[in-house]
Amino acid sequence: METTVKVNNLVKKFGDFVANDNLSFEVYAGEIFGFLGANGAGKTTAIKILCGLSKPTSGDVNVSGFNIYKDREKIKRNIGYMSQRFSLYDDLTIADNIKFYGGIYGLSREKIKSKTDEYIEELGLQEYVKRSISDLPLGIKQKLAFLIAVIHEPKIVFLDEPTSGVDPITRRQFWNMIYQQADKGTTVFITTHYMDEAEYCNRISIMVDGKIEALGTPKQLKEDFKTETIEELFVQLARNAKND
Amino acid sequence: MKEFIIKEFKQIFRDYRSMVILFGIPIAQVMLFGFALNMNLKNVHFAVLDKAKDDYSKNIIAKMNASDYFILDKYLENEDQIERIFEEGLIKEVIVFESNFGKNLIKEGKANLQIIADASDPNTANMIVSYSQAIIDNYQRSLMSNNAMSGMAVPEVQFKYNKELKSVYMFVPGVITIILMLVSAMMTSISIAKEKELGTMEILLVSPIKPIQIIIGKVIPYVILSLINFIIIIILSFLVFKMPMNGSMLLLVLESLLYIIMSLALGIFISTVSNSQQTAMLLSMFALLLPTILLSGFIFPVENMPTALIYTSHIMPSKWFIIIIKGIMLKNASFMDIWKETALVFMFTIAFIGLSIKKFKIRLE
Repeated sequence: METTVKVNNLVKKFGDFVANDNLSFEVYAGEIFGFLGANGAGKTTAIKILCGLSKPTSGDVNVSGFNIYKDREKIKRNIGYMSQRFSLYDDLTIADNIKFYGGIYGLSREKIKSKTDEYIEELGLQEYVKRSISDLPLGIKQKLAFLIAVIHEPKIVFLDEPTSGVDPITRRQFWNMIYQQADKGTTVFITTHYMDEAEYCNRISIMVDGKIEALGTPKQLKEDFKTETIEELFVQLARNAKND
Repeated sequence: MKEFIIKEFKQIFRDYRSMVILFGIPIAQVMLFGFALNMNLKNVHFAVLDKAKDDYSKNIIAKMNASDYFILDKYLENEDQIERIFEEGLIKEVIVFESNFGKNLIKEGKANLQIIADASDPNTANMIVSYSQAIIDNYQRSLMSNNAMSGMAVPEVQFKYNKELKSVYMFVPGVITIILMLVSAMMTSISIAKEKELGTMEILLVSPIKPIQIIIGKVIPYVILSLINFIIIIILSFLVFKMPMNGSMLLLVLESLLYIIMSLALGIFISTVSNSQQTAMLLSMFALLLPTILLSGFIFPVENMPTALIYTSHIMPSKWFIIIIKGIMLKNASFMDIWKETALVFMFTIAFIGLSIKKFKIRLE
């Protein structure tokens, strides 16, 4: 299977504090990979490195086939990213946002136009077309942000707690979009605090105190740790954490 | 109700920022205004063209130099030097004595004596002339009580660059400086801080767009807007206020462009140390706008302020820019006259750009 992310002995230190302590894992193409961990476990640090936002202290990192030290720019072109705060410009319209992000990722004008029509159709945004983003309901903003994150059809898309603050139905619909995208072959790298979402992933990893304490399919991990749910497993691991 | 009031107090005292606003800023303002509004003259540099070189002219010069108000800077050789010395900017007043000053004064009771003042700052010029006249007057009175002098010499007063002492000549350059700094620095800093605050900056950083492109993209609209503002102000000042334009328009535009770029660099720097739009705005306002208004020489002449404030004003790029504008518009300054001030503004620009880059790199790690 093609590997989209390959991490080997990743270490990130801030002074004496070790945020990422020898992380090693792989993520495969078309996989939905759940990156879990308590607050302060080192998730955000690791994601920032994978996205090319910061440099590792040491270790090998390859994203989309590109080396993090040599080809950071190429990595940025080949990944998508959706932040917790949805990253859309509130005071601009839907079309404005699509045009902007499409332009940044080098899409042609025709491509942007067709994507715009496609997204409006898919989300049923016809009545919102002329209005600014701030008028949209939260659930729709979220879905739109996701579509824009993959507008340039990247090999992998990073989602940083994308479903925070929305109702269960909207979350369900959002996950349908994620499945659709994964079916197309896009790798989805997602962090979340909702443990039920962990069950929807192909594989998950759980970070505690800068180390990966669990890595595998949800089913496998539940068997190995003898828990009924991922939530139980998470609590069990987190309890052993140094920073409680 | 009482609990509510107590809670409010607790919140106010625990918030560092509101403490600064409540106490720090009023105190700073009072001190600043108190000293800045000092209307007393101090250390005005003047030059003398003494064609007489007799006891009487020498005495007058000595008395002026001895006072706290004036400092004798130079002896001129001839009239042609007068224009130059004003253009250089340090000298604010030239006193000219006719060749038979003393003789005429004693024999005929009148003599020719000129006071030429740099009136690009009309209020200061007025004071300079009044104080000089007072000193000269006193001297002559003391002469009269000793000798028999039939009359007194009345100095001929000339307000250079601003015959009618129009305050507009002081006002317009100051406004240009403030507005350019406002639009460029403040608006740029708020705009970048907004991206940070909203979280969209993160997305931009992850995208293929290079950080330098982000900054240039942020900056260009404000450059254009500032230039448009600049043109509007200039047109208004010509048409409505009849401001003279004695110097080169091209030089004025180029210098203004440099100043705009410097303000933008400053705005970027402010945004790198601000996490929210509010912080950026407050910083711009109190660290930029107010000091610029007070200390740049826009309204209150800097020479009259206590030494500490004078040194502070030296680190305000706006102060140097006002000198440049006034020089070009009022005194037909050429580049050679203002190259020092231009170099200073240029150095400020480089400094701010350098600091911003450094801060930006640190943030990324």
